[in-house]
Amino acid sequence: MKIGYVGAFRSPWFGLLLGTVLSLSVQAKRIELLNVSYDPTREFYLEFNKAFATYWKDKTGDDVVVNQSHGGSGKQARAILDGLSADVATLGLAYDVNILAEKGKLLSADWQKRLPDNSAPYTSAIVLLVRKGNPKGIKDFDDLARPNVSVITPNPKTSGGARWNFLAAWGFALKKWGGDAHKAQEFVTAIYKNTPVLDTGARGATITFVERGVGDVLISWENEALEVLHGKEKDQFQLVVPSTTILAEPPVAWLDKNTKSHGTEVVAKAYLEFLYTVKGQEIIAGNFYRPRNPEVATKFSGQFAPTQFFTVDELFGGWNKAHKTFFAEGGVFDDVLRNGR
Amino acid sequence: MSAIVRSRLAATKKSRRGSEEHPWARRALIASAMVFLFVILVVPLVNVFFQALETGVMPYLRALGDANTVTAIAMTGMTALSSVALNLAFGLTASWCIAKFQFKGKALLLTLIDLPFSVSPVVAGLLYVVLFGRQGFFGPWLDAHDIHIIFALPGMILATLFVTFPFVARELIPLLESEGTEQEQAAMSLGATGWQTYWRVTLPSVKWGLLYGVMLCNARAMGEFGAVYVVSSNIAGKTETVPLRIFNLDLGLGGHVAAFAVATLLAFLALVTLALKTWLEHRQNQDLILASALPKHEH
Repeated sequence: MKIGYVGAFRSPWFGLLLGTVLSLSVQAKRIELLNVSYDPTREFYLEFNKAFATYWKDKTGDDVVVNQSHGGSGKQARAILDGLSADVATLGLAYDVNILAEKGKLLSADWQKRLPDNSAPYTSAIVLLVRKGNPKGIKDFDDLARPNVSVITPNPKTSGGARWNFLAAWGFALKKWGGDAHKAQEFVTAIYKNTPVLDTGARGATITFVERGVGDVLISWENEALEVLHGKEKDQFQLVVPSTTILAEPPVAWLDKNTKSHGTEVVAKAYLEFLYTVKGQEIIAGNFYRPRNPEVATKFSGQFAPTQFFTVDELFGGWNKAHKTFFAEGGVFDDVLRNGR
Repeated sequence: MSAIVRSRLAATKKSRRGSEEHPWARRALIASAMVFLFVILVVPLVNVFFQALETGVMPYLRALGDANTVTAIAMTGMTALSSVALNLAFGLTASWCIAKFQFKGKALLLTLIDLPFSVSPVVAGLLYVVLFGRQGFFGPWLDAHDIHIIFALPGMILATLFVTFPFVARELIPLLESEGTEQEQAAMSLGATGWQTYWRVTLPSVKWGLLYGVMLCNARAMGEFGAVYVVSSNIAGKTETVPLRIFNLDLGLGGHVAAFAVATLLAFLALVTLALKTWLEHRQNQDLILASALPKHEH
């Protein structure tokens, strides 16, 4: 017996709603995929899913509907572990997929090697968004530690973006003070002393800063900041690109255990591979993520400011190590928060 | 205590102290209460409609007609209907047992019924995740049998059921207790079966209180966020109820107007609930007046 959302889907309520849709496409197979993603990808995957549905329809004649679930990256990973039946996970950072492999045994441990570029088809930078005219004169990460600046960033315990933000500031401090971890901790503690709210996800933090008008500066994904700067409130904000920042590489993976039981192995893999095609990369760049494809990157180079990048592998020895040091229970972040309050 | 019993008490007792305070003190108190209610309740409620219609009527209607919003309404209907029906069955049974019989563990049962009032809805949701999640107690068994509870409709109904658990029973217990057992005993002595007594004597005497409990239960079920948020997979067009839809729309960039448009549905629900509540209290009072006009038997 199968109940749950398949059961709900077959119930009379949904039958009424979807009956008309289904009757139009009786011959074509209707495939459903669930993409469990992190917070700021809402708009991007909405557009990408439509493009993939068209591509798949042309290629196989089947209709594919991709359902989206969004939230803080860590929270989403936890939900998948608790049984949220995702076909693909497109999360904020590799650690959150690693635990799906280690704890959940949902995919093989070498998942990062299955797709090009370490399974990260798009990248982003961690940047700063300030209010129009930059009233607090914020030019770089240093300025966030000043006592009169109010900083908005989400909670690293639940949000992937927040963990990139934390490491971006930490890495900046290491570079500035010649690798002095003690200095870096002091610096980052001063920043968290300036945070009035810690939202659960990056999008929540953006809404807090942009729509609720709280804070002087938002530490943000570049894609999220650029989306705000192209939206209807674009005149109220401006971008500050730090002199050096972290290269954020959000990974994608299909979950073997779930796709096998749903019978969606082929389409889930094709869905992620479509991210690497020129069409996919253009949608990526159009939504302000940095594309991997060199030609697409050149075409969209105007919208991304140049900066010095460091990676989590270079400075922190990879995500598993970084997570253990900084964000695990009793890690550095707990100290930072305790001393910063 | 049940609101109906409370209003009944107020009606019978009348206020004997009302005239003792200085009239200015009374006026100042009333005025401050009105200002407080206005700022805390009326302004936000009106603002919901104001924000929803910020960009005109067409965007408002488009937001309400959106396929995912329609599904969210259907989901809310399903979770509310299921949890109200189950709570109705449970509430009737439990309140009847508690009010009309003496048995061991009665105090425990009463405490258990009140439990959801003191447990945070988020904790309630997490409890179900810990029980039915893949890593949870029943997780492996459910997984092996391909039964989905968490992140699916059954979990959302369970969570709603938990938070609305006390509403029907709590409304009925004081009513049934105040009725006593004389009428039932009279019916029984005249030869009615237990079932007949329940349907024809017990139930009619509490019908307004029952409707009142169902209405409150329904309003709470439709508006529940915390517990449902924890156990739902939050997928637009699938596992979003109206409150979750509002939350997710608000998190979309520029989704502010649509979020408030959907929020007007819950505001309407609140207004309808308020109107029904007033009507029910009115009917209840009429019945009371009618009953007090009849000669009361002595014993």
